[in-house]
Amino acid sequence: MSTPILELDNLGKTFEADGHRVVALDGVSLTFNRGECHAIVGESGSGKTTIANLVLGLMPATSGSMRFNGVALPAERTKAHRRAIQLVQQNPLSALNPRRSVGASVRLPLDVHGIGVSRERGARVAGLLEEVGLEADYARRSPRGLSGGQRQRVAIARALACEPELIVLDEPTSALDVLVQARVLQLLQRLRQERGLTYLFITHDLAVVRAIATRVSVFQKGRLVETGPVESIFANPQSAYTRQLIGAIPVVTEEEAKIRNVIRAGTPTPLGTE
Amino acid sequence: MAEPVLTIRDLRLAFGSRRRQTEVLHGISLHVRASEKVALVGESGSGKSVTARLAMGLLQEAPTTHASGSIRFDGIDAIKGGREIARRRGNRVAMIFQDPTSALNPTFKIRGQFREVLRSGNPAISDADADRQAEAALAEVSIPDPKRALDSYAFQLSGGMNQRVMIAMALANRPALLMADEPGTALDVTVQAQTLKLMHELTEKRGTAVLLISHNLGVVREFADRVYVIYRGRIVEHGTTAQLFHEPRHPYTRALLAAIPKISGGGLPDLPERSPDFENPLIVHEGCGEPAGAIA
Repeated sequence: MSTPILELDNLGKTFEADGHRVVALDGVSLTFNRGECHAIVGESGSGKTTIANLVLGLMPATSGSMRFNGVALPAERTKAHRRAIQLVQQNPLSALNPRRSVGASVRLPLDVHGIGVSRERGARVAGLLEEVGLEADYARRSPRGLSGGQRQRVAIARALACEPELIVLDEPTSALDVLVQARVLQLLQRLRQERGLTYLFITHDLAVVRAIATRVSVFQKGRLVETGPVESIFANPQSAYTRQLIGAIPVVTEEEAKIRNVIRAGTPTPLGTE
Repeated sequence: MAEPVLTIRDLRLAFGSRRRQTEVLHGISLHVRASEKVALVGESGSGKSVTARLAMGLLQEAPTTHASGSIRFDGIDAIKGGREIARRRGNRVAMIFQDPTSALNPTFKIRGQFREVLRSGNPAISDADADRQAEAALAEVSIPDPKRALDSYAFQLSGGMNQRVMIAMALANRPALLMADEPGTALDVTVQAQTLKLMHELTEKRGTAVLLISHNLGVVREFADRVYVIYRGRIVEHGTTAQLFHEPRHPYTRALLAAIPKISGGGLPDLPERSPDFENPLIVHEGCGEPAGAIA
């Protein structure tokens, strides 16, 4: 039986400026299970980044509540919560301090959270870099001298340093070339399995979702449109919006084109025919 | 077969000072025939965008740029006549960039920018005629209220609307060739799909040739008649879209195709490490040779 790690209960967020009210998130209830890679998909303005910001505690919700491991998440996060929920952003260059070496960036969370004893932290940093496929001597280098894929590996190592339970991945491979993206996805998959991590994976790329996610929730204009295991959403998308999103993916094989045409036509395929 | 509108032969490009140079293009040859849709596909740093910029006459005059070989468009050599090709491009070659919002001037309304574009093709055009043409052009790219769009600034329109405005402007002077550098990459998937469809329909209708620059093989498959795959400044494979997707022969093309996650399932893409095979010589599929004698 799957255990919930994060539960959103009627979560809402409204922004107000100059007399305009924008409902960014409109009463969303959703459960994230431990050990899953749960993808949040939708277009600009769907509310996917707002969810990430609320889960990370970067802004307060307007309404509703969140529970983490069954306990209510306070608006003012405790240090333990901040450690347990980590973030990997889309653009690793702006996410890493350019004046700090790779090693210093990965070490910072160890110092902040008092993980391990001080003299062992250098070795721990080397171990983390190795875990994401970088040699130990990368610790001395500047993020500016690294490729996009290497920088994203550093950002992942920094998130891992806190030994988190949940990682919010906000478009982690959108800025990368396909070959590099494929390797980073493989790394993320391996880390999730080895460490029993849970991912909240924000993306607009449904092909990436198909490859790495176990569960997917589709958002449109702040509302949850559809949620379910990734196989069933692709085999039998219920909402017109999900069909539209899948129908817009540029594909490279005949097999994919056939699947997409069926989805575009809106005729749901029977479950379990894959 | 139609005559090439653009012919690039043995294009080499190096950046740097006179003494220390780094070569980034190592002899690119490609051609685009009238009304044809051709794609140049590769990863970041492969040289696809600088090739397009050289062909537009946008790079040659920079002091740190050293280009050789030939780029022929309408009988003009763009390597030698950088200024001339830049002057002509308003009429005969147009370009669409990746981010439409930054490609438009933020301080002027669309109306003024559209007039300027039309005036570069027809210096004598009156404001009233220019506005009429602009409205018709915006209606053609399915902008719901063209008058209102003309009175807007770029930041007041969505990314998708701005990209439509860019397409309308690019095609306004009926260019023979449209160069599109990753159009729509900055947009949502559904908007990207609509933009590409629109661009395909309009260029098809008018017989405009297109050189599409992209890293996305999925986009290319739906758009192009012919494809060049570029890797580290060299073309590695060239064929029709059908040939390239049905029987990719170069190790790099195969790796690129394998690396793309598929909606048909099968989990994560399995992929070979970056290998020296990627540098294997050019493979040209049957019937796709470069036209002979186009360049003296």
